Amino acid sequence: MSTFLSQADALEEALLAAVQAAANPDELEAVRIRALGRKSELNGMLRAVAALPGNERRAAGQHLNAVKERLASALRERQSSLEDATLEARLAAERADITLPSRRQPPGRGHPISRTLDEMTSILGELGFQVAEGPHIEDDFHNFTALNIPPEHPARQDVDTFYLRSVDGSERKVLRTHTSPVQIRALMAGEPPIRIIAPGRTFRCDRDATHAPMFHQIEGLAIDRDLTMGHLKGTIATFVRAFFGRDDVEVRFRPSYFPFTEPSAEVDISYRRTAGGLEIGAGGDWLEVMGCGMVHPRVLDNCGVDRNVWQGFAWGLGVERFAMLKYGIPDLRTFFESDVAWLRHYGFDMLARPNLLDGLDP
Amino acid sequence: MKFTLSWLREHLDTDASVADIAHRLTAIGLEIEAVEDRREELAPFVVGRVVEARPHPNADRLKVCTVDNGSTTLPVVCGAPNARTGMKAVFAGIGTHIPGSGITLAEKEIRGVTGQGMLCSAYELGLGEDHDGIIELPEDAPVGAAYAPWAGADDPVFEIALTPNRGDCASVRGIARDLAAAGVGTLREPPFAPVSGTYASPVAWTRTLGDRGDACPLVAGRYFRNVTNSHSPDWMQRRLRAIGLRPISALVDITNYVTIDRGRPLHVFDADKVTGALTMRMARPGESLAALDGNTYSLDPDITVIADDDRVCAIGGIMGGEETGCSEKTRNVFLEVALFDPVRTARSGRRLGILSDARYRFERGVDPASVDWGVHEATRLILELCGGEASEIVQAGAMPPPPAPVPFRPGRVMSLGGVEVAAERQAAILAGLGFGVEDSAPVWQVTPPVWRPDIDGEADLVEEVLRIHGFDAIPETPVERAGVLPERAAGPAVVQAARVRAALAARGLHETVTFSFVSAELARAFGGGDEALQLANPISPELDTMRPSILPSLLGAAAANVARGVRDTGLFEVGAAYRDPSPDGEGRAAGCVRFGNAAPRHWAEAVRGADLFDAKADAEAALAAAGAPVARLQPRAEAPAWFHPGHSGVLALGPKVLAVFGELHPRLLRDAGLDLPVAAAEVFLDAVPDSRRKSGNRGALDRSSLMPLTRDFAFLVEAATPAAAVVRAAGRAVPKLVSRVDVFDVWEGEDLPGGMKSVAIEVVLQPQDQPLDDAAIQRAADAIVAAVAKDAGGRLRGGHA
Repeated sequence: MSTFLSQADALEEALLAAVQAAANPDELEAVRIRALGRKSELNGMLRAVAALPGNERRAAGQHLNAVKERLASALRERQSSLEDATLEARLAAERADITLPSRRQPPGRGHPISRTLDEMTSILGELGFQVAEGPHIEDDFHNFTALNIPPEHPARQDVDTFYLRSVDGSERKVLRTHTSPVQIRALMAGEPPIRIIAPGRTFRCDRDATHAPMFHQIEGLAIDRDLTMGHLKGTIATFVRAFFGRDDVEVRFRPSYFPFTEPSAEVDISYRRTAGGLEIGAGGDWLEVMGCGMVHPRVLDNCGVDRNVWQGFAWGLGVERFAMLKYGIPDLRTFFESDVAWLRHYGFDMLARPNLLDGLDP
Repeated sequence: MKFTLSWLREHLDTDASVADIAHRLTAIGLEIEAVEDRREELAPFVVGRVVEARPHPNADRLKVCTVDNGSTTLPVVCGAPNARTGMKAVFAGIGTHIPGSGITLAEKEIRGVTGQGMLCSAYELGLGEDHDGIIELPEDAPVGAAYAPWAGADDPVFEIALTPNRGDCASVRGIARDLAAAGVGTLREPPFAPVSGTYASPVAWTRTLGDRGDACPLVAGRYFRNVTNSHSPDWMQRRLRAIGLRPISALVDITNYVTIDRGRPLHVFDADKVTGALTMRMARPGESLAALDGNTYSLDPDITVIADDDRVCAIGGIMGGEETGCSEKTRNVFLEVALFDPVRTARSGRRLGILSDARYRFERGVDPASVDWGVHEATRLILELCGGEASEIVQAGAMPPPPAPVPFRPGRVMSLGGVEVAAERQAAILAGLGFGVEDSAPVWQVTPPVWRPDIDGEADLVEEVLRIHGFDAIPETPVERAGVLPERAAGPAVVQAARVRAALAARGLHETVTFSFVSAELARAFGGGDEALQLANPISPELDTMRPSILPSLLGAAAANVARGVRDTGLFEVGAAYRDPSPDGEGRAAGCVRFGNAAPRHWAEAVRGADLFDAKADAEAALAAAGAPVARLQPRAEAPAWFHPGHSGVLALGPKVLAVFGELHPRLLRDAGLDLPVAAAEVFLDAVPDSRRKSGNRGALDRSSLMPLTRDFAFLVEAATPAAAVVRAAGRAVPKLVSRVDVFDVWEGEDLPGGMKSVAIEVVLQPQDQPLDDAAIQRAADAIVAAVAKDAGGRLRGGHA
């Protein structure tokens, strides 16, 4: 009996040594067949257990099964370590040059005009204004007459206004010279209160270093029962400070003249000269940035709004000018040149739309 | 409008500093454009006397002068030919900055003699062009006195930008009046001493304006005999020069002076050159005038002229004629003081292209009463400066009626202006500006002065009070917002455009903004160019037609970048395109263009030119962002003529085309000078159906717990059969089971029958209620094969079935 068991122990020892000696998966498989295969010595011994006397049979069976388990476990471990070694060897051989450029898909940039309009809309939206739009090709009534701009006014002459050719004797259309006709459309569309902004393209027959034949304005119009010039001043001051992100911007109103407002004002904001150009904020110098005023009673009359009940204010400002001031863009003309280098430099990440949650600064 | 400090002080008694005056002018709406104050710069220059001038010992052209500067005598080396013993001149000591030359005087030895200062020319002082000799001062010039104040050469010059409504401030007096009302000094009354004529005027006025009497409602004048037209006095010349006017002769200078001083344009005719009476009339066809500016102008019957019996002598309110103008030989003159219609004057001036000081004032509105006082002011100056004898006054026409009172509620300054101003202060401001104020009733009656034709109603009076009181006093008042949160500022169209922008930028395209106009030729090449969309007054032929599409603009933008050496990138623009001039004819579109390769060269990617499938993907991305049902869009090979006919298409929903895409037509590229692939797409945002959800609730996710399975099929179809037909047929074959069909290979080759191609698709089957057994899978496969055969004429070539 003990001979049988010691024979099994010797077999186990030999096979375990063979498992450890196997250098690769093929050798290990050969060992596995030798150890646990159908024709293996261990299997033969297991069969022989049945021939043992009954009192020894049980103990021998248990002993041999334990040997079998240990061998199987050793085989699994060896298998795993051989696989690891193979993997390590493969990985050691696989070395990419990670300095090579990625399969990148760089996004394009957004134009500063879109960005600036988004910022402005966001601020003015917070103040309760909603976007209204009107056509670029306007008629005389909306662009001039209803705005109390008399026919002899310089703004109505060919030097400033683009006209379309008159076909079949119809009234010649104009390219809107300002966003103010949207005021007229809003006033005629429904009963006040009204609080709108009208961003968009405008056109003037003018082209030099500081003028482009097309540019953008954002118009504001607020009509209610009791709006005063104080509200206008408050609105403009809040807007300007929010846009430039500085509470120290001073806002100065100067009396001026526009046919469609009375009283009328030009708005100056404070700035100071720095080595790098100019910096909006506290400072001794003034920069003219927009025109505004209380809506002229004749404009209300022209739109069928009762001047004895309703009053309010309006402004118009140049979007490119504000963008130039905020983002340090030196030349108006470059806005419309589609120069990819310029767009990459002055453009914006379109995934970061300005809003009051994330902040307005890019 | 320019004027000097001393000129202003002629009308305004004030001690205010130049800076204060400038500040107040801007604050009351007379915006300061520039102030030129040379007093500090010219202060070091004094009146000196040349005690002795003797030849320089070592230089023929130089002199050594001993100069008395009032406190001491100093040697000065001087090269001026007119330097001589006994003369008085302008002296500058060592350390003085010389404005004309930009240098600062230092002690310097000149050929052995060391000078201790300089005698100056007008050029060196920045007071003129004359640098041939030093300034010679009269004998009575006080030695040692500061030169510039004594000579009136440092009078500060103000320039203001006048708004078109303030014709009254196109005069020094008007500005003085506004400043006085604003508390800067007291308005002085001008001398007014009417001179009666001693004889009847030999020239009379006639008005033959017919139904155009408003062209010149009133004209007056008088004759002056035996005048002497030499040069005007120094004080007048200095003021005219200071504001940029060239003194000409006493008579001409007087007219210019009164124009600036009082805002009253005048004209004087040489009476000996006038034939018969002077008539105010409209020009006749074919008439012309050789005007004082040296140009000859063709006139038309809408232009008011002053004519004698023979010819046109002046263009009313704009400019006089050369032939009847005054010269130094003039002995007898006739003065014209007229009122001209602002609108007509502006129109005529524009038509003729004449910008004159007279036109500037008449088109802004000249004080009608100035026809009366203007005659007397002109008479005073002519008699004083030119002598002679004045005739009785002649006139034609009638004075326009005075302005009517405007009802005014002083409470409106608070309720419209937003600032409380006491009623007494309001009344004082208005009175100071010349308004008649009747304030006994709650609603005041305020009568504008005759020189303020711009006052139109109560709001104007609020502005008058506010601008003098100061806009600075208006408090910044917050506006109450209705509701807890503001309404969304951006409407659906704005939001849609923003999303499209973000989507296209995410695809690597840069956003641009281009002009709404292109050349007519380019517009026609892109299906537009209607005459109704052409500009009547374009800025250039390249920008003369409203664009029918964004693509011609982007084609130009691509070409401009290629010309700069930039390629293998792309641009997009979201903006307007124009079908017709009506408000509805303006469409919102998103255009994109890719030029060169689809991407920059990359070590791991094959180089490939931008093609229609890049453009199609751009279109699809924009459409998805715009809210279009991209999965339901039907691609059709029917893109417009500006695309390559075989490499282009449209994406449509039924008859409605939502986008066009493709490679641009090679002929267009050739014309644009582009020798590289250009793929473009345009999405019509207005055509995208509104897909906004009514509610935020999305319902439960419906997901099968059963594994999907994938089967591949390859079909042989005619080469012209669109792959979409195969896909559609497969999808419809077993609609409940097929969840996706993708084309993964298209092959045309020699191993296939002629005119045929192979389209390989991957079909994803999603079991719904129970797993699919082999028989069920086979039934589905058979159905797909049958459907493709029936709908697309496809024959199974291989793959799992």
